[in-house]
Amino acid sequence: MKVDLTVNGSQHAVDVADNALLSDVLRETLGLTGTHIGCDTSQCGACTVHLNGRSVKACTVLAGQADGGDVTTIEGIANGDELHPMQVAFRANHALQCGFCTPGMIMSAIDLVQSANEPLSAEEVREGLEGNFCRCTGYHNIVRAVLDAQANM
Amino acid sequence: MNAETGIGASVLRKEDARFITGKGQYTDDISVFGQTHCVFVRSPHARAKINSINTDAAMAVDGVIRVFTGSELVEDGIGDLPCGWVVTSKDGSPMIAPPHPPIATAVVNYVGEPYAFVVAETLQAARDGAEAVEADFEILEAVVETATASSSAQIHENAPNNQAYDWELGDKEATDAAFANADHVTTLDITNNRLIPNAIEPRAALGSFDAASSTYTLYTTSQNPHVERVVLALFVNVAPEANLRVISPDVGGGFGSKIFVYAEETAVIWASAKVGRPIKWRADRTESFLADAHGRDHVTKAELALSSDGEMLGLRVKTIANMGAYLSTFSSSVPTYLYGTLMAGQYKTPAIYVETQAVFTNTAPVDAYRGAGRPEATYVVERVVETAARELNMDPVELRRKNFIPPDAFPYQTPVALEYDTGNYGASMSMALDLADSDGYAARKATSEANGKLRGRGYSCYIEACGIAPSQLVISLGAGVGLFESAEVRVDVSGSVTVMTGSHSHGQGHETTFAQLVSDRLGIPFESVNVIHGDTGRSDYGLGTYGSRSIAVGGSAIDRALDKIIAKGKKIAAHMFETTDDQVEFAEGQFSYAGSNEPKPFAEIAGAAYIPAVYPLDELEPGLSEKAFYDPQNFTYPAGSYVCEVEIDPSTGVTEIQKFVAVDDFGNVINPMIVEGQVHGGLAQGIGQALLEHGIYDADGNLSTGSYMDYAMPRAADLPDFEVDMTSTPCTHNPLGVKGCGEAGAIGSPAAVMNAITDALGVKDVPMPATPHTVWETIQQGA
Repeated sequence: MKVDLTVNGSQHAVDVADNALLSDVLRETLGLTGTHIGCDTSQCGACTVHLNGRSVKACTVLAGQADGGDVTTIEGIANGDELHPMQVAFRANHALQCGFCTPGMIMSAIDLVQSANEPLSAEEVREGLEGNFCRCTGYHNIVRAVLDAQANM
Repeated sequence: MNAETGIGASVLRKEDARFITGKGQYTDDISVFGQTHCVFVRSPHARAKINSINTDAAMAVDGVIRVFTGSELVEDGIGDLPCGWVVTSKDGSPMIAPPHPPIATAVVNYVGEPYAFVVAETLQAARDGAEAVEADFEILEAVVETATASSSAQIHENAPNNQAYDWELGDKEATDAAFANADHVTTLDITNNRLIPNAIEPRAALGSFDAASSTYTLYTTSQNPHVERVVLALFVNVAPEANLRVISPDVGGGFGSKIFVYAEETAVIWASAKVGRPIKWRADRTESFLADAHGRDHVTKAELALSSDGEMLGLRVKTIANMGAYLSTFSSSVPTYLYGTLMAGQYKTPAIYVETQAVFTNTAPVDAYRGAGRPEATYVVERVVETAARELNMDPVELRRKNFIPPDAFPYQTPVALEYDTGNYGASMSMALDLADSDGYAARKATSEANGKLRGRGYSCYIEACGIAPSQLVISLGAGVGLFESAEVRVDVSGSVTVMTGSHSHGQGHETTFAQLVSDRLGIPFESVNVIHGDTGRSDYGLGTYGSRSIAVGGSAIDRALDKIIAKGKKIAAHMFETTDDQVEFAEGQFSYAGSNEPKPFAEIAGAAYIPAVYPLDELEPGLSEKAFYDPQNFTYPAGSYVCEVEIDPSTGVTEIQKFVAVDDFGNVINPMIVEGQVHGGLAQGIGQALLEHGIYDADGNLSTGSYMDYAMPRAADLPDFEVDMTSTPCTHNPLGVKGCGEAGAIGSPAAVMNAITDALGVKDVPMPATPHTVWETIQQGA
């Protein structure tokens, strides 16, 4: 099937199998390998991207479902050389170690902060990131990073 | 040194630049021209005879290129997956290592063991092909339970009683005598629950064969690519060593599970030559659960002999360790030399005797997982010490203090083989008590009680043996490899530096820490140091990263290579100063000579090394590049004091960690930010073990916890903020005074949590993980 996608501001018309996942199209067809596959079952959150402004797990979205949609991946959040405040905060707070969960964690965290009506507490950040596993950091510095970033977003 | 980037500075990480922008290159991110895809066909049975395998239907699937079975590897001369450490039993006999073909041929011995694999044009075709492989199995009785394995059906022909070995350490007679003279004996039966490591990046491999040069290239998610190469070349016979290059690019966590040489990369690299095209495989999460090596899984009886006033006189430990179906790469060393040797803990217990019976079961192989033997040892020692204090009505802190090896007793020879070089256990304990607001505990407990909650506090004072390991010592104990590390420091013409290390970073931040070390010693900008790792084609050799060894062994190797760089730099400078090299000093990035007021910056000497105008080339070779191999003289001994405070809701059994304090002594620290991050991660895994995680097989050997819906990995809301601090007694035998920090958190924390929970409940033991259900049941039983 033909699917039209806007990915990180660029328009793509891709020909994909009916059962192709959005994560497959991003990684295999468009070469955007920053979106990672950690569990194939929408549990780990490593594949989190934004679809029409909200975070989704790309391993659980059919490419066809995203037809006509606007997708942002980890490769698309910086403004040229200027990193997104969440990227800056993750580095500044040592909120990543192996880096594998990081793209999905950052994409979830951006949506979490953007969707909040009021500044989030540490506890709300912990609850809000329930869809994303990190096995390296114990989340301690991730929570600090998200709180730090929300002050600059 | 530069205070912003030198040793001791919390420098932000170099590697983050690619990770936060999605530019990391993990194995599955790499694709090569003509690549095919591979799916493994795995046993649905825990134990069965393979009567026949029919691949006809699979071969007929559109897009399938080849279907391989185990016998084809055997016929091609592919060997078994070896276990690299031969442990000797009490009776002097070597351990029994059953045959472990990469792809099962005649029998399968755990659910998930591969017995065939399909190579196809697409992943989907490979999956369809794998589903079409038909096998006729004769199902046999499965052995699952650790405690009863030795009296169950025999799994391997050459392993009676399902026993791999029956090992001992320590002086049995002296220990028995200590018990005979004791006023009090505390006995504890405890289990250390099976864990499944779960790096978030699943294992993956991409193998290719270049017919023109007869060389193989394997990209794989390994913590030690050189060891992978040695094993695949020398033992598994995939290819001559010189014709095999192994690359571990960015690796998304390992925690031990990516040390080992597995069936999948063996199959992929071997088959790439048969198919004549590159082959890629990536585990899905179910495969990770089924076929990554698991961790822990001990059943233990511990007895501690004490005097009436709390002096520890003797410790007796008897453990059954579940090895799973086969002996994985380093599995045999884990419940022995990484376990029994740690039973002295931080204490001067004079007599210790440890026995470990290693048994086979029809479960996934069990091998090193973060801490590897040392968490199990700490759990035994710290649970039994805390229990003894309760039984003697003593403050557990005071009982510990009474028995700590005092700071002036180092070097200290324990009764279980190790010689601790340095430590100050009382200092860590004091700092931990302060941070935990020990004085305010009574008031907090009263508040909890007023709210109908149970509050408890637990301690854990761990020791670990890290900086693994002195080669000749471990070889004499059965290891098949040396455990030194290599480094190469290449200085460029401009004075910038490239470091090749045999250590491997899969999250530890070596590109930053090692650059700090080099920048500090050479007095050059941090930014002009580039660290390269993970490629057998680029660095000479390496033993990889595990056992908290990278800074202590790999960092020391870099330091030694830097010594050679500076020594040669002095020789070059001496010619420029027209003096002898013993008259040249090097500090703060400058070569200087008392007879000259014009010191030579490092970059100028680098330039002179490559534009050799000023020194005689018959005396001194041009260039500035040096290598070193560093073999440690001893293990390092990080130690610390952890305090955990929990509040339990008796109506639900839910445990909330309200305070977790970790004070560690890692000796000198290069980058405190990174070190604290390592502690955080270790604590999360240790707390996960205590409260949530459990790898469970049912009676038929099916893995009940084979997904994230069933295996409870800690999520952000499951964990507290951590309070982390450090003391320091620098290591006395390596040039950096460092000890290593990667495993401490996972080693020290389970006992602290469980001591707190048992304190809150007023019971002797609660099995890990202390889920709400388990805690609630414990409360009901006591009610």
